Amino acid sequence: MSEEIKLMKGNEAIAYAAIRYGTDGYFGYPITPQSEIMETLMAERPWDTIGMVVLQAESEVAAINMVYGGAGSGKRVMTSSSSPGISLKLEGISYIAGAELPCLIVNVMRGGPGLGTIQPSQADYFQTVKGGGHGDYRLITLAPHSVQEMADFVALGFDLAFKYSNPAIILADGIIGQMMEKVVLPPYRPRKTEAEIREESPWAAQGKPKDRKPNIITSLELDPEIMEQNNIRFQAKYQRIEEAEVRYEEFHCEDADYLLVAFGSSARICQKVVELAREEGLKVGLFRPITLWPFPKKAIADYADKVKGMLSVELNAGQMVEDVRLAVNGKVKVEHFGRLGGVVFTPDEILVALKEKIL
Amino acid sequence: MELTEIIKPENLVYEKPRLMNNTPMHYCPGCSHGVVHKLIAEVIADMGMEDCTIGVSPVGCAVFAYNYLDIDWVEAAHGRAPAVATALKRLNKDKMIFTYQGDGDLAAIGTAETIHAANRGENIVIVFVNNAIYGMTGGQMAPTTLEGMATATCPDGRDIALNGYPLRIGDLLAQLEGTCLVTRQSVQTAGAVRKAKKMLRKAFENSMAGKGCSVVEFVSTCSSGWKMTPGQSNKWMEENMFPFYPLGDLKNVE
Repeated sequence: MSEEIKLMKGNEAIAYAAIRYGTDGYFGYPITPQSEIMETLMAERPWDTIGMVVLQAESEVAAINMVYGGAGSGKRVMTSSSSPGISLKLEGISYIAGAELPCLIVNVMRGGPGLGTIQPSQADYFQTVKGGGHGDYRLITLAPHSVQEMADFVALGFDLAFKYSNPAIILADGIIGQMMEKVVLPPYRPRKTEAEIREESPWAAQGKPKDRKPNIITSLELDPEIMEQNNIRFQAKYQRIEEAEVRYEEFHCEDADYLLVAFGSSARICQKVVELAREEGLKVGLFRPITLWPFPKKAIADYADKVKGMLSVELNAGQMVEDVRLAVNGKVKVEHFGRLGGVVFTPDEILVALKEKIL
Repeated sequence: MELTEIIKPENLVYEKPRLMNNTPMHYCPGCSHGVVHKLIAEVIADMGMEDCTIGVSPVGCAVFAYNYLDIDWVEAAHGRAPAVATALKRLNKDKMIFTYQGDGDLAAIGTAETIHAANRGENIVIVFVNNAIYGMTGGQMAPTTLEGMATATCPDGRDIALNGYPLRIGDLLAQLEGTCLVTRQSVQTAGAVRKAKKMLRKAFENSMAGKGCSVVEFVSTCSSGWKMTPGQSNKWMEENMFPFYPLGDLKNVE
């Protein structure tokens, strides 16, 4: 059978991929520019077909706590929102990380701070990869740069979340959420049965049979010595993720004198910059982190000895550039170029910035 | 005479509910929580539902409820228990789900989650312990603190001009189409305990019958927060709390 190619928005791809993945529950609250995710799910009525629960919550706060409850019973549950809504979810995200529950969160970023704008932005990088909520926790962060990756990262995000018992987030932006592209949707897979969930997640609160101790989902531990041990366990897990789950893509990097570092929609625009630069005889490559945490710091560090300079191109005031600088540790010049508050740069202005700041 | 010689089946008039763990309780003497816990344990066991019940504990004095009942638990963030319970029930329809919440958790920080879960008619039980004070954090003013009642954050007594009115959230919840049972009970006398247990059982049965959201409010004491002996607390509750929070069914749909 030939592949079924469809044309749709990134947000719609998330919804269809979630149904096809066998997601047990989606809990959301409307916010632009990601409302198509819940709208598509409601129109598709997956409760009739696969028994998937879809619920519009009274707030982002309620939605993330529904995810906490669902994940606590071992189910595959997700939520989606955009920047201001994600800020509201951070308390719940911290609890989910603290209770070591797997789940999938989607942030289709818009410009801030505050109510900001509904136009695309990448200004939630710090919030996502440096914490955001309280405490020492990490989110497995996937940054899609196409509608295809929006669809693919639903399964990848859930799989990583369950592999490590940790929340995963798809960090997209208004461009990726709203633009239409062709996409090959993943095949249908059945939802996990109760027996499969019990085997996969023996820690889940599912009702206590007589032959086991109660399963208690909590992030609370008043004894600081034990709480420290919990944190040490979290950190060891984060270390394993950093060693095993780094993902990135290189575009014309092998002979590059200069490197653009960009994720998500910025990386798509930077592909054009690479072409324009090479037409002028400038050997420019693009390094695209796919996982923002774990950050591909070793791969970037390796380029510090090979290139003359790096430009971190982001739709923000300079956030990922800090991680690029940490990775190269002063070995090579690293500068930032960005547009703010929902304005999107053109390939030409990035090329000008590269010449002014790096060449 | 040994203890085992005294405790024999033929002499048995009362025993610890089998779902109560042998964990020493952190609740203060005279606190209502212990009795309410016991009632929940008894009702779940009486219904034979212990292997398919999931409790949702709050933030507040009852945060450690999971240490006392031998069932599965999810400990929720402050005020969010009804949202957590919503997902647990919708994703696990054959399970019996209840929240256990205090007045600050349910009627202040969690007001939105409480009202919307109730209004959606979630098939859950909300157990609401109303002692008109924040116990765990050291006796601060609650949304249900009575006018003139002194707490750590209203040491001269609740001033309506400054703090607004105590909230009868049970009355509010009874107005919602999604609730099938809203009842106000207490546990300071044997008679009250028996009556409360009956209503608690009804609430749990409602949740499994798919009748909607059931709320069982317990007008309760907090001897430490109120700075009274257990005996004084019961008397004060009857004289001051009951007139403002009258006991009885606010709504009971058959």
